Amino acid sequence: MSAKYKDVLFGLYDDEVIMMNAIKKANAKHLDIMDVYSPFPIHGLDKLLGMDESRLHIVGFIFGLLGCLVGFLGMTWIFTSDWPTIFGGKPYWAIPAFIPVTFEMTVLFCGIGMTVVFYIICGMGFGVDNPVLHDRITDDKFCIAFQTNDMSDDGVDGLKGFFDETGAEEIHTKRI
Amino acid sequence: MSAPVSRIREPLIEGHKSYHDITEDLVGPTEKAPNTMWMVAIVISISLFAYGMFALCWTFYFGIGTWNLNRTVGWGYDITNFVWWIGIGHAGTLISAILLLFRQRWRTGVNRSAEAMTIFAVMCAGLFPATHTGRPWLDFFMFPYPNTRGPLWVNFDSPLLWDLFAISTYFTISLLFWYTGLVPDFASVRDRAKGVRKKIYSFFAMGWTGKAKHWQRWEYLSLILAGIATPLVLSVHTIVSFDFATSIVPGWHTTIFPPYFVAGAIFSGFAMVQTLMIITRKCLNLQQYITLSHLESMNKVILVTGTMVGSAYLIELFISWYSGYVYEQFAFLNRAAGPYYWAYIGMMSCNLLAPQVYWSKKIRRSVWWTFFISIFVNIGMWFERFVIIATTLAKDFLPSSWSYYWPSWVEIGIFIGTLGLFFMLFLAFTRVAPVVAIAEVKAILKQYGDQYLGPNATEDHKPDHAEAH
Repeated sequence: MSAKYKDVLFGLYDDEVIMMNAIKKANAKHLDIMDVYSPFPIHGLDKLLGMDESRLHIVGFIFGLLGCLVGFLGMTWIFTSDWPTIFGGKPYWAIPAFIPVTFEMTVLFCGIGMTVVFYIICGMGFGVDNPVLHDRITDDKFCIAFQTNDMSDDGVDGLKGFFDETGAEEIHTKRI
Repeated sequence: MSAPVSRIREPLIEGHKSYHDITEDLVGPTEKAPNTMWMVAIVISISLFAYGMFALCWTFYFGIGTWNLNRTVGWGYDITNFVWWIGIGHAGTLISAILLLFRQRWRTGVNRSAEAMTIFAVMCAGLFPATHTGRPWLDFFMFPYPNTRGPLWVNFDSPLLWDLFAISTYFTISLLFWYTGLVPDFASVRDRAKGVRKKIYSFFAMGWTGKAKHWQRWEYLSLILAGIATPLVLSVHTIVSFDFATSIVPGWHTTIFPPYFVAGAIFSGFAMVQTLMIITRKCLNLQQYITLSHLESMNKVILVTGTMVGSAYLIELFISWYSGYVYEQFAFLNRAAGPYYWAYIGMMSCNLLAPQVYWSKKIRRSVWWTFFISIFVNIGMWFERFVIIATTLAKDFLPSSWSYYWPSWVEIGIFIGTLGLFFMLFLAFTRVAPVVAIAEVKAILKQYGDQYLGPNATEDHKPDHAEAH
């Protein structure tokens, strides 16, 4: 991983079922899959690749809590200490009247925080140009990629054999 | 169409599509030059919008006095249109969020355009209160920020301020939700494009590659945004109804307003989705993605929410009589039999009676009926807001100040302008982005398309590789 570039050997499959079977075989052979790409989310793929559950919901909770506190405590400070005002005979600290704004702030912070964190941890953003392995991965091809930087020719041939055996339609190499 | 392969469900995607066909069909329209119909439609929309801009400039130059509002009727056409547009916006979030949580797969055919519609409708809605403040260039005073006037803060106890928060949040969350869904589809467009077009879509696709980990996070994000958008969508129209319900005006001061406004919003929103979808599916040739069964599902929602709204009208009448409170009784008598009786008749016939035809399956599945009823509902829901606002205010506590309100050409012009803005944005949207969520449709293709592969599938439909393992 220390190299500036990655040599990638990848196979394209026509169908997610065939690809999922290929991943199972790769797991059985203890092949080190670099990444899997697909045109749409495939259920069960994350478990097959041994991925942990995403922790994005924790981020959402923290931001939501922050928004809730900012909203409620902010209004509390403004109306009880900074500039206490009586509106319509309500007490300064009119908790029921603060509920709508507190709720909206919770949702707002949670939504924005989670979305921004999502793009940051995925290394995405406006104008970001991440390398695309193949143009049809966002169309109809399902891709398994291996990193071959320090691999011997035999190892690479073995992987090509694996792709042939598991029904890959195309095999390509790319330096990214 | 090939034979349906599931014994239980009607397919949601017809025409025996492959994944590549879906990309072709949905990205295709953004790659071709627009047809004449689109050009005519955009010219009309821009003209309407320009007229609205003229009326708006007229308002800014001469002031709010060019509107026919008076001391008795302080809220008229503007707030009617504001509530109408906000209501229309509700269907998008309902389809994308609530139906996602309920795992209603038919949402994938219509969620993208419905969310776009939400965003455009909220933009149109926001224009009215922003203008009604009289000095829209000072509207930022409404946001609580440390200022040099004290600092003097806004009134957090006021439903009007809650509304500002609700609508700003709603707009932001809807935009994030919509855009996050669009990113993988922009990547699909990007990977087919060349030259400048590729550069533009690369910018907006944000470097999406379709990694498994990214998809996993993307699904989490969508699910949680849906989870928070669900109470949000209910809260927004509830808070809009608070604008009325927390006042002491007879006819407004009722606890039934929040649920009835929410049901009404969903009702009118779905009607607008139907109007737009029927035209879009025809123009862009998407009948295999937005099928009759999609229209039928939405018609069912219209029937349910229309009946809820209708019941609320009747309950309101009953409660006003049962309350024994003469002002309340007068308010409702005045709605039905007062000078604005025509608006009341319009509201009752379009909202309570018209959708009842959907009890018939044949009508629910008829494109023409759906289109006509959706127009009726759009009109009816506009009348509902007019009835609630203008009728109630025109005859208040003091008979000497009773008046009859009718909008001036300026107010009508601004409304026409928002219609132009809405259709202009929607037409532009159909040119630059896939109007059906490509990735989401692909994800349901095998289970809910007409090439179903589940346990109920008939043998001859299983492709060769299914037996491969």
